[in-house]
Amino acid sequence: MTDSTSFTNQKFKVIGQRVRRQDGMDKVTGRAKYGADAVAPGQLVGVILRSPHAHAKIKKIDTSRAEKLKGVKAVITSKDLPDYTNGNRDLLSMLENCMARGRALYDGHAVAAIAAVDASTARKALKLIKVDYKILPHVTDVDAAMQEDAPVIHDWVRTIGVEPAPSKASNVSMRSEFGHGDVDAGFAKADVIIEKSYKTEQTHQGYIEPHACLASMSPDGSGELWVTTQGHFAYRNWCAQLLGLDMSKLKVTSSEIGGGFGGKTHIWMEPIALALSRKANRPVKLVMSREEVFRASGPTSSTSIDVKIGATKDGRIVAATSECRYQGGAFPGAWAVIGAMTSFACYDLENVKTVGYEVVCNRPKVAAYRAPSAPMASFATESTVDLVAEALGMDPVDFRILNAAKEGTRASYGPTYGPIGIGPTLEAVKKHPHMRAKLKKNQGRGMACGFWFNFGGQTSCTINVAADGTVNLSVGTIDVGGSRSSLSMICAEELGISYEQVRTHIGDTAALAHNDMTDGSRGTFASGMAAIIAARRTKEVLKLRAATAWEIPVEDVDWQAGYAVALGDKHSNLEPLSLADIAANTENTGGPVAGHNEFVADGAGVSFASHICDVEVDPETGSTRVIRYTVIQDAGKAIHPDYVEGQFQGGAAQGIGWALNEEYIYGEDGRLQNPGFLDYRIPVCSDLPFIDTQILEIPNPNHPYGVRGVGETSIVPPLAAVGNAVSNAVGVRMTHVPMSPPRILAALEAEA
Amino acid sequence: MRYEAPNTTKAAATLLAAEKGKAFVLAGGTDLLVRMKAGMLEPDLLVDIKQIDKMRTIAGNSTGFTIGAAVPGVEIGEHKTLGKLWPGVVEAAQLIGSDQVQGRCTIVGNLCNASPAADTVPALIAAGAKAVVVGKDKRRTMAVEKIVTGPGSTSLTKSEIIESIKLPKRDRNSGDAYLRFIPRTEMDIAVVGAAVNLTVSRGVIKSARVALGAVAPTALLVKEAADAIIGSKLDDASLERLAAACSAACNPIDDKRGTIHYRTKVAGVLGRRAATIAYERAGGKR
Repeated sequence: MTDSTSFTNQKFKVIGQRVRRQDGMDKVTGRAKYGADAVAPGQLVGVILRSPHAHAKIKKIDTSRAEKLKGVKAVITSKDLPDYTNGNRDLLSMLENCMARGRALYDGHAVAAIAAVDASTARKALKLIKVDYKILPHVTDVDAAMQEDAPVIHDWVRTIGVEPAPSKASNVSMRSEFGHGDVDAGFAKADVIIEKSYKTEQTHQGYIEPHACLASMSPDGSGELWVTTQGHFAYRNWCAQLLGLDMSKLKVTSSEIGGGFGGKTHIWMEPIALALSRKANRPVKLVMSREEVFRASGPTSSTSIDVKIGATKDGRIVAATSECRYQGGAFPGAWAVIGAMTSFACYDLENVKTVGYEVVCNRPKVAAYRAPSAPMASFATESTVDLVAEALGMDPVDFRILNAAKEGTRASYGPTYGPIGIGPTLEAVKKHPHMRAKLKKNQGRGMACGFWFNFGGQTSCTINVAADGTVNLSVGTIDVGGSRSSLSMICAEELGISYEQVRTHIGDTAALAHNDMTDGSRGTFASGMAAIIAARRTKEVLKLRAATAWEIPVEDVDWQAGYAVALGDKHSNLEPLSLADIAANTENTGGPVAGHNEFVADGAGVSFASHICDVEVDPETGSTRVIRYTVIQDAGKAIHPDYVEGQFQGGAAQGIGWALNEEYIYGEDGRLQNPGFLDYRIPVCSDLPFIDTQILEIPNPNHPYGVRGVGETSIVPPLAAVGNAVSNAVGVRMTHVPMSPPRILAALEAEA
Repeated sequence: MRYEAPNTTKAAATLLAAEKGKAFVLAGGTDLLVRMKAGMLEPDLLVDIKQIDKMRTIAGNSTGFTIGAAVPGVEIGEHKTLGKLWPGVVEAAQLIGSDQVQGRCTIVGNLCNASPAADTVPALIAAGAKAVVVGKDKRRTMAVEKIVTGPGSTSLTKSEIIESIKLPKRDRNSGDAYLRFIPRTEMDIAVVGAAVNLTVSRGVIKSARVALGAVAPTALLVKEAADAIIGSKLDDASLERLAAACSAACNPIDDKRGTIHYRTKVAGVLGRRAATIAYERAGGKR
């Protein structure tokens, strides 16, 4: 019972309440410490010199004048970062991305770095470094990079996943394929076949807090790093490997995080800060500017996708294919794989085939962005699904309900689904008042579905009971969306105490065993499951302490509503002991009370959502405003409904920004034209309506409370939901995201 | 870097004239300080004009207004008669930046920053506004459209400083309007801006000025567009002629904010819409 993770349909006292957020007060009063808030005595300011070229050979770097400037304490180039990667090409790419090794591979690629006593000295020194570049041909467009005559960026890249293995280098690093059945036979049966090509531009997660860290290396080979990150254990492991350190000697402490959305699952300049500190023998603070964040962190892929769907007159999809070409930036990634896996995950298909191509380009290395790769694939699929429904003369919601995946469906990417929420979210769409609201001129309504896998992974946590009976929970999966409060609720629920008695902290890398990053919507799912088990183990210890105090067998002790209770008439003289009673007496009853859990949180339940979107398009300017938006998503079980709704709304807001205005714009010279929030347009408050939410709870059988991850799915449907709404408003099918005013106006003019 | 905050315009001009290095006037600083922080500018001298009383006030009525160079956008927005008589100028001034920026930004700063996309410049040009320019030795008054000569450059000499903006006498039955296109709802730079100022008599447009922003190296005064509606009751045909004239006057670029084609088309659309609003504000009924 203690360690079982199966769903049990238990009754809750704390779970499902909307309690006050534990980190709220510090965040709204400015007391919370973010990445740039760490300070150490004698710290230096680090700055990075970046390539202005999209692709260039670095012939020579002369740092001598910078080194001589008063106040400069260290200057480093790739020479100060020897290769400890032992033939591991992925690790070497990581190091090379942190600092160019002989070649600059994108506009913004780090070339050298300086640590100086203050920012103005550091900036002055930056100008004294002389880099001799030989400019090489570049390519930034995914389709252009796949052409025969494209400049090949790495001579060591061979396409994996094709037979026979190619002997020549190319920019296509991998081909992947998923599916089942016979798509040709399926299309042969189709009454309607729609085939369409789509493009989506590169977007950035747009977290408000830039990357920031404080690094301190001691001459004895130990070190500390204070950093904003989604995974301090991963950062610790990577930095130690890249710098030739023992992992246990590098202690990494995560700060509060001002947004990550996947962009802080990867190291960008932390090894540089450590290397600067090592060379200067002083702590070094390194904080990216917004421009650096855009040019040199990890945005998501730009894509080019073909989708083909065939259906019979009765509305059944008989075959579906997609080809997903994903731009992964300057190093090989595995982003198209996920695009290909998620393309048709919402549907029950007899014949399906999806193919992914990973493409290297002269752009920053792509990182995860909230349900990485799924929104683009969904845009292509869900736009085409609407077109098929239209061709069949069917209501698009009914068409989706008819073809939706259900329990027992073999997913297009392989596994067979358990109980899932796609059908129920679609039924909820049909019933929602939003679907019946009247529309005015130039307004249109669209809907779309989305899927995300969710993830569990390695988790370790500790519960410590303090002498006054209050409780600390330490977890190592960092809190990006309120998980500390949710985990305190879980702990309180299990121990039968109040939420206010529990405080959750993020432990550093020396305090807990390994924890995977906060990604894959795993934070509350995995840490929550770990905390349930740790709390149940804590109860066992508490029962033992009570039994010792009472001098009765532990089998006679039960834990009820926060008290140890002696069972049976023979113990009727024993008053129940509270957590505080037991905690005050541990010296005499066997020692302090703690509970731990270390495990792999298996069984993350897949997640589905359906979104409804109303837009109004100005046909004379192409300007589009989202006027109403509804998110319906399966949460399994909402621990803290506010945070679940917040995740639904946040993903929708990011997806709407992506759909309408956000994009990386590159010039002919391969330089990023808009590395700032003025011309990289994330939505401002007044751009969005209140985003309505509806939480469905279809329990995940693999979690004691039925929880599913909720953080990512909400960004998957908006691109297509907006596109379908625009199509219904003004009659043009937008195949290129973002659907910016010039693109919509051009489409309207082409139609006229 | 030296920082000075003189009490008179003349003293400010003298400081500017004497500086051998790079000297800049600091009003709200909403452009200047941002550029300094970004490392794009390293001034040797900053002359803060906010201690000059004359530059901090709005004075006037329907016989003409004087708006000091250091008056922030928020005060322009709060001025009752100014907003009533020149709603187009005021709405343009109010479009600059966020609420926080409004507390600092000035229309003269917006003008002297010399961005082709400045919001207040087309509105001021349409209004027939003049700039009072003070040098070390002399003063002159110039039409606003003569100030900006190209992106980032003005016709002011090194020692010259704009003390104030003068709006002309306001005839009865007049109205003005400024519209800009931005992809978002706020916090953006105009992709196209259009300002129309007109006076009506018994429904007939007696005089008009039309100006465009963000469609050429400088804001444009488009006489052909004004001519298209003068003498009309702003019927659909004259509006279409105005739109065509606006589009024809455009000489834009393709950039991250918009294409040549897009700007040219939307200039006509906004010109037409701004004229309609100005006409209604002047008491005209379509």
